[in-house]
Amino acid sequence: MGLLEAIFLSVIAASTPLLLAAAGELVAERSGVLNLGVEGMMIMGAACGFAGAYLTGSTLIGALFGIAAGAALSLVFAALTLGMAVNQVAAGLALTILGVGLSGLIGAGFVGEKIVPAPALYIPFLTGIPIVGRILFGQDGFVYFSVALVAGIWWFLYRTRAGLILRAVGDSHTSAHALGYPVLKIRLFAVLFGGGCAGLGGAFLPLAYTPFFIPGMTAGRGWIALALVVFSSWRPLRLVGGAYLFGAVTILQLHAQAFGLGIPSQLMSAMPYLATVIVLVLISRARGTAGSAAPASLGMVFVPDR
Amino acid sequence: MLNPASAHGSSAETPLLQAIGITKRYGTFLANDSIDIELYAGEIHALLGENGAGKSTLVKMMYGLIQPSAGELRWMNRKVVLAGPSEARALGIGMVFQHFSLFDNLTVAENVALGLDGKESFAAMSARLAQVSNDYGLPLDPKRDVWRLSVGERQRIEIVRALMQNPKLLILDEPTAVLTPQEADQLFIVLERLRSEGRGLLYISHKLEEVKRLCGTATILRGGKKISTCNPRAETAASLARMMVGADIGEVKAKTARATTVPRLVIKDLSLAPDDPHGTYLHTISLEVKGGEILGIAGVAGNGQDEFFAALSGERLSGAEGNVVIDGEAAGLMSVTQRRRLGAAFVPEERLGHGTAPRMKLSENALLTGHAASGMVNHGFIDRPATLETVDKTTKTFDVRKAKRDPEAVSLSGGNLQKFIVGREILREPGVLVVSQPTWGVDAGAAAVIRQALLDLSGRGTAVLVISQDLDELAEIADRIAVMFHGRLSEPLVAASATREKLGLLMGGSSVSQPEPTVEVSHAVGA
Repeated sequence: MGLLEAIFLSVIAASTPLLLAAAGELVAERSGVLNLGVEGMMIMGAACGFAGAYLTGSTLIGALFGIAAGAALSLVFAALTLGMAVNQVAAGLALTILGVGLSGLIGAGFVGEKIVPAPALYIPFLTGIPIVGRILFGQDGFVYFSVALVAGIWWFLYRTRAGLILRAVGDSHTSAHALGYPVLKIRLFAVLFGGGCAGLGGAFLPLAYTPFFIPGMTAGRGWIALALVVFSSWRPLRLVGGAYLFGAVTILQLHAQAFGLGIPSQLMSAMPYLATVIVLVLISRARGTAGSAAPASLGMVFVPDR
Repeated sequence: MLNPASAHGSSAETPLLQAIGITKRYGTFLANDSIDIELYAGEIHALLGENGAGKSTLVKMMYGLIQPSAGELRWMNRKVVLAGPSEARALGIGMVFQHFSLFDNLTVAENVALGLDGKESFAAMSARLAQVSNDYGLPLDPKRDVWRLSVGERQRIEIVRALMQNPKLLILDEPTAVLTPQEADQLFIVLERLRSEGRGLLYISHKLEEVKRLCGTATILRGGKKISTCNPRAETAASLARMMVGADIGEVKAKTARATTVPRLVIKDLSLAPDDPHGTYLHTISLEVKGGEILGIAGVAGNGQDEFFAALSGERLSGAEGNVVIDGEAAGLMSVTQRRRLGAAFVPEERLGHGTAPRMKLSENALLTGHAASGMVNHGFIDRPATLETVDKTTKTFDVRKAKRDPEAVSLSGGNLQKFIVGREILREPGVLVVSQPTWGVDAGAAAVIRQALLDLSGRGTAVLVISQDLDELAEIADRIAVMFHGRLSEPLVAASATREKLGLLMGGSSVSQPEPTVEVSHAVGA
């Protein structure tokens, strides 16, 4: 395996958790809910996913545990913001703090344990293609799933009536309510979906990336996923490009450090976050010409009249 | 039998929709108090009332959006309980909302699809949309995003969407509030056609002339109670207004001598890009408002009025200091506070959140605009007695009704809060007053007080600029009227010669063939 191939493989591995978590958050935000608790849901997914896989010996069950943990935490968020009309930003931040703490507690007993990482799934013929074969078709199930997930979300949002209704709720909850759509119920499903995806993205880390669990192992990936949604201007297909770009930045800084570029490693580790800030600034500057991309009701509390 | 004696000819006929003793209670507040109403096929029935009379509450119950606390609805003589709008639609009830229930970032076809129950494919629905919009002369481009459309076009979507359900009863909530006179005329043709097709229409409005012209029956609400059901054509506008308001409304009196002085507010070549992607560009606007004059800016909402107001108040800065001149001082690059120090005052359109901080007390709100130039601050400390005094004085001069001496802004009714906001600025005796939609959503009594106050202020030599969508209001108080369309401002017309037709054409973007010379006016009120 050449260095280039190794770099590509590690870029894909770094990008997948971002893509999974961001895809879920994109759906939630498209319905008008800003859930800043992605980091908390991811780390819960990581802890519970590892616990599930360690106890059963099955990566699949671990992944399901991760999804369930993320969704369960997002249910807390939904109860607060949809049920009790609490401010979404405050509830999201609280969710992250809760998730980080709770995952430390759950994962405490598993620190230092190891599992067998998710195997790569080879696809006959395709994997055999020179150079790109191993990169594109020699991945584990998470990677294939993440790409299929985004394609599915695209299809759902733009090709189904349910997707149209979800976008409508995010654009104007008052109009959707006036036409008789159950705004809060639709948002509840979107939030749960987002939580499940974040949990899966988190579970990817101990199940496929590094075969052990350490507290805080998501290391800010949830925040990057949030930035990615903005970066993609809430469009699923752009999300793929964005996730891989951010994944690449993360990996390249490691290689740059290995080459001994004389730049402090702390600064290099900050690169993905710096890139996030720069991208956000560029997007906000371009907004005047590009039309508004954000769902118009994003982050707004909705209380139906009765 | 609850059938009203008046208006409807064939009383033997069954009503399409009948409300019997419909009541809606919010806590101790009765939004609707035992209302009876009968709506028939082939009839345009007006629902008249002031803001807060309970019109919207009543129709929301008829459309299943909210549930009555008591009473019942009967559809073709059968008791119905409408759990949601889709059930109302299934019966054959359609609704055109006042504040459009549209989705700005979706296309026309998607918006229409969302208002239907999704039983046909998107392609079939699009084809039917083209056919219905063609049939009724309501042209629409199904692929366009809604935010690109004018207000009139948006309303067309709402109407076509309702018509695609082939409704037996169509409810329209203040449909002409945002239209030019010409657009309103076109709407009336469509409504008359719908009536002649045998549909029932419930037409909510507070424009009396319109109701007299269009409707065969009118039900009048006041304070949540039904006052009367009558034939509006047999009534005068004054008698209808009396039923709506419950008292005679004071006539707005112009002051006798109307002398204009030097230009006190000069706007020169003002151009401004919008700060929001759906906003409007302002294109080289030039205008002079003289002392003692009221200049009205007419136009359909969204044609640049918000941007214009922001550029005048200093919330947004134009490119050059000479763009805005207040009493001879170039103020184009000055902040809001600096402009206030020059003697200018500003009243924005939105009462809560822009004109006042809703959860702050009136005295604090008085301080917010008065801190720079009204002596309410002493060496950086708030002079609380002075702020309270401002509240008392405003309350007394402008008849602001409130529960206690210094309540939160949000607790006041729309009309009373508006009287407070306008009064707060007028008491400072500004040299220049810019006011946007001064009586929007305000009851008729408060509107009369505010208009009178603006007239009196200009009589004392202030230059007053009024941005308003309400042509009747501008005709009542303005000396000259200019029209804003797509961010451009027409030459001002002398109010006496600014007919509804001329203004309507300008509001729709056509130019008036012969521009009026802008001569001095001696008296142009009540044109």
